[in-house]
Amino acid sequence: MANPKKNKKVTGGESTEPAVTPPGPGSDTSFVKKPKLGPGQPRKRDIPEGLWTKCPKCGTMIYDKELDDNLKVCPKCAHHFPIGARERINALVETCSFEEMDAEMVSVDVLKFTGVAAYTDKLQEYTQTTGLKDALVTGIGRIGSHRLALGVMDFNFLGGSMGSVVGEKLTRLIEAATDKGLPLVIISSSGGARMYEGLFSLMQMAKTSAALAYHARNRLPYISVLTHPTTAGVMASYASLGDLILAEPGAMIGFAGPRVIKDTTQAELPPGFQTAEFLQAHGLIDDIVPRDELKGRLDYFIGFLMHGQHRLAASA
Amino acid sequence: MRHYLDFEKPIVELQRKLDELSQHSQVHSMALNLDEEIASIEQKLAETRREIFANLTPWQRVQLARHPKRPYTLDYLQTAFTDFHEIHGDRLYADDRAMVGGFARLEGEPVMVIGTQKGRDTKENILRNFGSAHPEGYRKALRLMRLADKFHLPLITLIDTAGAYPGVGAEERHIAEAIAVNLREMMLFSVPIIAVVLGEGGSGGALGIGVADRVLILENAYYSVISPEGCAAILWKDRSAAPQAAAALRITAKDLAELKLVDDVVSEPLGGAHNDLPTMAETLKVYLLRHLQEVQAFSPTDRLHRRYERFRHIGHFTEKPASPPVEPA
Ligand SMILES: [Zn+2]
Repeated sequence: MANPKKNKKVTGGESTEPAVTPPGPGSDTSFVKKPKLGPGQPRKRDIPEGLWTKCPKCGTMIYDKELDDNLKVCPKCAHHFPIGARERINALVETCSFEEMDAEMVSVDVLKFTGVAAYTDKLQEYTQTTGLKDALVTGIGRIGSHRLALGVMDFNFLGGSMGSVVGEKLTRLIEAATDKGLPLVIISSSGGARMYEGLFSLMQMAKTSAALAYHARNRLPYISVLTHPTTAGVMASYASLGDLILAEPGAMIGFAGPRVIKDTTQAELPPGFQTAEFLQAHGLIDDIVPRDELKGRLDYFIGFLMHGQHRLAASA
Repeated sequence: MRHYLDFEKPIVELQRKLDELSQHSQVHSMALNLDEEIASIEQKLAETRREIFANLTPWQRVQLARHPKRPYTLDYLQTAFTDFHEIHGDRLYADDRAMVGGFARLEGEPVMVIGTQKGRDTKENILRNFGSAHPEGYRKALRLMRLADKFHLPLITLIDTAGAYPGVGAEERHIAEAIAVNLREMMLFSVPIIAVVLGEGGSGGALGIGVADRVLILENAYYSVISPEGCAAILWKDRSAAPQAAAALRITAKDLAELKLVDDVVSEPLGGAHNDLPTMAETLKVYLLRHLQEVQAFSPTDRLHRRYERFRHIGHFTEKPASPPVEPA
């Protein structure tokens, strides 16, 4: 069955409107536009147009249904396509275990930001194209036997940028985890702070990190999962603060964008610069985890990290 | 040689006239009516200066914040403070000269001061990396903050940076992580922390030493999530739209005070901080002492609670009820 929504994919390149420092052109490599099937090209009769996606890494044409079933990972070369927040949550938590928090929270245009495009227009546009209210979904769910607080970002909504809504929802999630004694997992995908909200968005970095300070003080574990791309203000706050920092293969991760770095330093960038693999070699990433192994790996890590908490609870 | 900004042109012209007349009257000491003219130009100069500086646009304030003669962290350490002695290094990798710090006294009271440092000339700017710190700078700052916390010294951070450095080495040594750790750790230090934006409050690089009980900003300084040029390049696709971006982002001290994002605005002498450093330093000292006294009055527990709440409440959003309440029949 053709899902009309699937045909209107938001590609990553033009929706990257980050702040702090914008990622450069290297960040959009894994977003692919639907191949145009021109009149001269042969096409199968029983398959409607636009249900195939070309892998940007190996060039294979993948049937969309197959790509979805494979958690948006290329079955041929294991390239990780971007995946929406809700799809990811469905793939991670036990069935029916996820209770979403603050689902109705929406951004307001506090600065009355008008540039070439008004912020309110942008919000409306992305709400319509993504079906999301902002760039983050949060809630309490279960992975294996572990109840946990889970926050998942969605790059499709304004480049996953962090404004007041992302900051507030995350802070409430972290506070809930602290109050309930739960482990925390945040899966990031973001171009950074949302410049339409000016300094309010920068301050969300301090706000979320503050909540993490108290979560950590209670010896509760936080696992940060970095997915393509995680940069700038998000990377310079909660995404870097995990007790464990995991990453998806090939994810672009950094503070400044490669173009900014090149323009500033006039230096050649080393091969593989700012990829998950590069950062693991440079000591930042604890483990690179393919998407289909993430659930099991989280279950494994949380088991170790919550062991002491459970023993304390049992002896109390 | 003085450095003038474009919008200061009328002031420069009046000043030149004044200088010429003064020279004249010195050469021809009996020229009585020149005194009157000099007095009238002096008055006009003062009026023009007042008028120009009372109506600065956000972009003009950005230019003042970046003025090459603007006082930097070390200038204040030599004027508003006494007994400063710099200490160096992050104990991990290097000594980042774009971030300075050490013990000092504020009106006799011992404190720890940490700040970003720009260079005054090309040679010093290379040493200071134009005030943009590497991870080592943020980790040195953290080391000094821990030192202050351990030995009960209040912390004062002075911010003047275009941003943390975007470079290969900075990325390889995880500048984002260095900043993030500071954001988390600064929330839990029990000593009072006062942060002051002296000039440029450049994004994450500024916030990396900017979590505090009180955040102050100088009258002509700015504090922004992104540089006006960077914002203009992304949204206007044109860096020369920076003046519009500066206005849209609402980055001036006055804007930020209205938005309740800063706790106080430190007034500058007419013409900007660089016009009168002794006065500026004295004013800064008064503000620092007042805010320090206020936050020192709280118990450490209360202070931490208030620090958390200060940042906790920043943000604007709306929450519609999940299902609208049914009107009673
Ligand atoms: Zn492939």
